Amino acid sequence: MKILITIQNDEVAPRFDLTSEILITETEAGKIIGEPRIILLTGSSGEDICALATKENITLLICGGIEDAHYQYLKWKKIQVIDWVIGPYEQALHSAMTNDLKSGAILSGAHTPGEQS
Amino acid sequence: MAKKKTRAGIQSKAFLPSKLDVISFLDTMTLGVLFVNPTGRVLLINRYLEALTGYNREDIVGVHGENVIRSNLPTMGDPIGKALDSDAALTVEGDILNQSRKKIPIRFTISPLKLTTGKKAGAIIILEDISLLRDLDSKIHGFSGQEKIIGHSPQIQEIFELLPIAARTDASVLITGETGTGKDLFAEAIHKSSKRSRYPFIKVNCGALPESLLESELFGHVRGAFTGADKDKPGMFRLAHGGTLFLTEIGDLSLPLQVKILTVLDDKEFFPVGGSKKVSVDVRIIAATHRDLGELVRQGKFREDLYYRLNVLRLHLPPLREREDDFRLLLDHFLREFKENLHKTIKGFNTACIKALSAYNYPGNIRELRNIVEYAVNVCPDETIRPEHLPKSILALLQGQPSAFTQTDQGSLEAAQAPAVNTNVFTMPVPGGWGEVEKGLILKALTKSGGNRSRTADLLGWSRSKLWRKIKQHGLE
Repeated sequence: MKILITIQNDEVAPRFDLTSEILITETEAGKIIGEPRIILLTGSSGEDICALATKENITLLICGGIEDAHYQYLKWKKIQVIDWVIGPYEQALHSAMTNDLKSGAILSGAHTPGEQS
Repeated sequence: MAKKKTRAGIQSKAFLPSKLDVISFLDTMTLGVLFVNPTGRVLLINRYLEALTGYNREDIVGVHGENVIRSNLPTMGDPIGKALDSDAALTVEGDILNQSRKKIPIRFTISPLKLTTGKKAGAIIILEDISLLRDLDSKIHGFSGQEKIIGHSPQIQEIFELLPIAARTDASVLITGETGTGKDLFAEAIHKSSKRSRYPFIKVNCGALPESLLESELFGHVRGAFTGADKDKPGMFRLAHGGTLFLTEIGDLSLPLQVKILTVLDDKEFFPVGGSKKVSVDVRIIAATHRDLGELVRQGKFREDLYYRLNVLRLHLPPLREREDDFRLLLDHFLREFKENLHKTIKGFNTACIKALSAYNYPGNIRELRNIVEYAVNVCPDETIRPEHLPKSILALLQGQPSAFTQTDQGSLEAAQAPAVNTNVFTMPVPGGWGEVEKGLILKALTKSGGNRSRTADLLGWSRSKLWRKIKQHGLE
């Protein structure tokens, strides 16, 4: 399985079309193969990420909010999209590898209760 | 999280005074409300924002606010951070993605939240859905004033394609073209379709005022700067703040003022006449001229650096004589406009009149054509405009002048030589006039290309499929 995650700092980026950094990794039998690649994009464009996802033969894309046009395009290209994910991207990746990640997931690492003051 | 009672009473749900049910009040609002702590993490959202984002407020406490509203605010220089750093509220327009994966235009009002002790407690962000306002704005203004610009010729279509590009950036635009080609209309269309459209569009004619007056007009002056300056004057640069300053006839600008304009373009600030305090402005410049600025640069009459600074995006508007495909369309448009304004029952032009109008070369371009049609509609006493209704100066000039529209004129000549059935009134009925004109254009292009449809489509600047559709529509198969 080849996975692409749109990222911002250590988290899944809030918006697909405004993402300027992505992570691409390959997994097999629940394990990461090789070194994940982090790619800095020259700008932020939903179309560019869609193009990259198809070019890289991505099978699963994990992101935050995504516009319906981009979502439908990726589905049309047979790319599974798990969207509306909130939380650290590493946690999202591991949840995806164990088939536990669902669209709309708010991962435990997304909350920082200690900061509520 | 310790509970504190504050005079403002709102720090988070936990801090609200027990007798004041502010949350219920917030839930009745038809605006999204989001409270975040100083690090931007969610304290509370109201029901409206729950509906908009699809999140239950209990689930997202402590989550970063940006993950909840999914706005484009971070691309606008972090207004939430700015609000947290300042004491003032600020309003910006942007968008969010709602739970249906749809982009919604939003007006954000961001205010800092402070405790009575002066400590920053976070920020409150109000989200107002402005979809309806945007729809209404587009209904009122159409696409940015472009609907005022008439033309289907390939030359003008090329310009139409450049307009959205010019509207998207803040770069300076230089519009060139002969007098009367519509430079002002295009400048306004760029402004209206740009993000600056809510702010002023101010036009200054650089050729209309002497240098000293123009300097004061552009940059303003302070009281006592010169005799008669009895009060401060802001100047057009300051009045256009946030919007667009359209400098027409830029080629007539004196060299000293060219330097000052260049300085404003580079530094975005200037000294008003007689002033000692710099004024900062955020203004986009669109310049226009009918002169050849490149030639003026070679002659040393225009600064090369200013020329390159203005010439970032260039629109060259073709003269009317090069827009033969638009001639009859414009004629029809102006006839309809003046006929309605003057409550006349004119049906059209006769063939001799069309022949005369087609033969003229229009040094004043579209403005001149418009004036001619206005004159003719005023003078014509009956239903058909004839050559004697045209301005005498035009008819005198036409003596011995070759046709401006050789192609178009051919059609007119053919029409003029056609059997008597067609001779009285030019067959350009006012309602649906473009349909007839379009049919004529297709026939003319087909004739010119010897019936070859690919070449015909190229001549018309259309795709083959569009030509095929139009041929079918007009029954020309």
